[in-house]
Amino acid sequence: MRRFDPRVILVLARKEFRDRLRNRWVIAVAGIFTVFALVIAYFGAAQAGAVGFHGMDVTITSLVSLVIYLVPLIALMLGYDAVVGERERGSLDLLLSQPISRLELLLGKYLGLAAALAISTVAGFGLVGIVLSHGVGLPALARYGGFVLSTLALGCAFLSLAVLLSVKAADRVTASGMAIASWFLLVLVYDLVLLGLMVVASGQRYADVFPALLLLNPADVFRILNVYAMEEMRALFGLATAVPGTLASPWVLGTVMLAWIVVPLALAYRSFRTP
Amino acid sequence: MSASVIDVRGVHKRYGEVFAVEDVSFGVSAGRLYGLIGHNGAGKSTLIRLMLGLLAPDAGSIRILGESVLGPRFREVRRRIGYLPENVSLYDNLTGSETLRFYADMKSVDPRACAPLLERLQLTHAAHRPVRTYSKGMRQRLGFAQALLGDPRVLFLDEPTSGLDPEGIREFYRMLQNLKQQGVTVLLSSHNLAQLQDRVDGLALIRGGRLQAAGTIHELREALNLPVRIHAAWHSRIDGSPKDLLGGFPGCTIDMSRDGECTISCPQRDKVGVLSALLAADHAPGDLRVQEPSLEDVFLGYSTAPEENDNAPV
Repeated sequence: MRRFDPRVILVLARKEFRDRLRNRWVIAVAGIFTVFALVIAYFGAAQAGAVGFHGMDVTITSLVSLVIYLVPLIALMLGYDAVVGERERGSLDLLLSQPISRLELLLGKYLGLAAALAISTVAGFGLVGIVLSHGVGLPALARYGGFVLSTLALGCAFLSLAVLLSVKAADRVTASGMAIASWFLLVLVYDLVLLGLMVVASGQRYADVFPALLLLNPADVFRILNVYAMEEMRALFGLATAVPGTLASPWVLGTVMLAWIVVPLALAYRSFRTP
Repeated sequence: MSASVIDVRGVHKRYGEVFAVEDVSFGVSAGRLYGLIGHNGAGKSTLIRLMLGLLAPDAGSIRILGESVLGPRFREVRRRIGYLPENVSLYDNLTGSETLRFYADMKSVDPRACAPLLERLQLTHAAHRPVRTYSKGMRQRLGFAQALLGDPRVLFLDEPTSGLDPEGIREFYRMLQNLKQQGVTVLLSSHNLAQLQDRVDGLALIRGGRLQAAGTIHELREALNLPVRIHAAWHSRIDGSPKDLLGGFPGCTIDMSRDGECTISCPQRDKVGVLSALLAADHAPGDLRVQEPSLEDVFLGYSTAPEENDNAPV
């Protein structure tokens, strides 16, 4: 008897994905991404007094600012309901009475939701990529591809967090509250607090700790991944420049992002595994 | 007697300070239709969830088809179990046929088994409609179809007839009888005692999370020593009183509130004697009706009995 059955995971994932297709979640989110990305690509530099496409780096930089707010919120809203919703509606018991393990259940749900998020992200930003690809070089397109990939990773990290909240919360209302609080803390408050602390601690010996603390936040990891490589854009992101070069390697950042996907899921499983 | 298909031993389940299930033990052997009865909140659903391994007991053990419900091999047993939860909650956005297909895939059941099941439960006409358009009875039938996927050997049905109309209820029990003949073991919970009365082979009475009694309805009646009621009616006037006929049965009481009729309450052991005496009398009654204590009488008998019931054939 196999303890782990990929077929069952696929069945669960497919249902989850089909639900999001059917209730038009996928198309709606893809549409939002497309519209926002196009608007930003053409008006992103308006602050500087110019309208129109001003090159890939400027566009990516502007898109990063959008994605960092939008994608975590979308991923949290997508996933907070995953387990607690079934529990509250009463369908979880029937699901767990099937010949499936609790790990398969979590993975199936997660992968189905991640697939929905991935399709929306790739479709939305991919469409814009095609529009922008006219007349830009291959390196610029590769950077855009990297941006889309990191957006996906950011979404998956927050989705993983959402599933953890969904397992922990007693009811849906609590889960949604916890999801919004997480977004608020990680996306809005974290940087502000860290920046404040850095200013206060400037010149002190322990000040070096703070840049490393940026890695504890997937939103910051995403930002550093995208803007660190672009010399002329770094100036726009004061905090990201504070990260020492050794920590800013794509490998380190990629590993940290992966941990942000795996660890919350593992914690979710730990709390969900026993009946 | 064959080994129990369902074997519950000394099970306790507590939520905080409250015992949801307290020291419950019983067994159900193969091919039996077993009823779990009790008030709402008595612990029936908790017990079923424990038997499915959805909850872990604080003490005791539960085996289904010989496997511990919390053991590593129980996953394989789940393929041979069908479960219909109380107020089954299905996915509103799926159609009936998609719902069944989803659970079939999960159980590795051939998807071709779905259409005949929908047919059996008279849902073919609604197979391609979303479940959100289904009535309560239709949901219940779809839930039952789901439980029958993969020809289970054991069925756990929690209040299965809620939402069904009388015709649906009769059809449901007819299907259960067929399954029983195929050797399927069925455990169902209900608070509708009249429905279970003549249909179950055995019963467990649950009250406040504890097993009040378990056995066949006959055994439970015997244990409580509930009286049989005999209604007698005379078509013509009789001399003397029917009371005179019952001199040899001190345990009997007689109610003669209506002219030409009487109701005799007598202990089970006197039933045949009283009937013989009535029929042998010079003025034998023109009509006799024997009323055995109903399941409701049994249930009320245990409910009003003190908590520690020495008669309970547990």
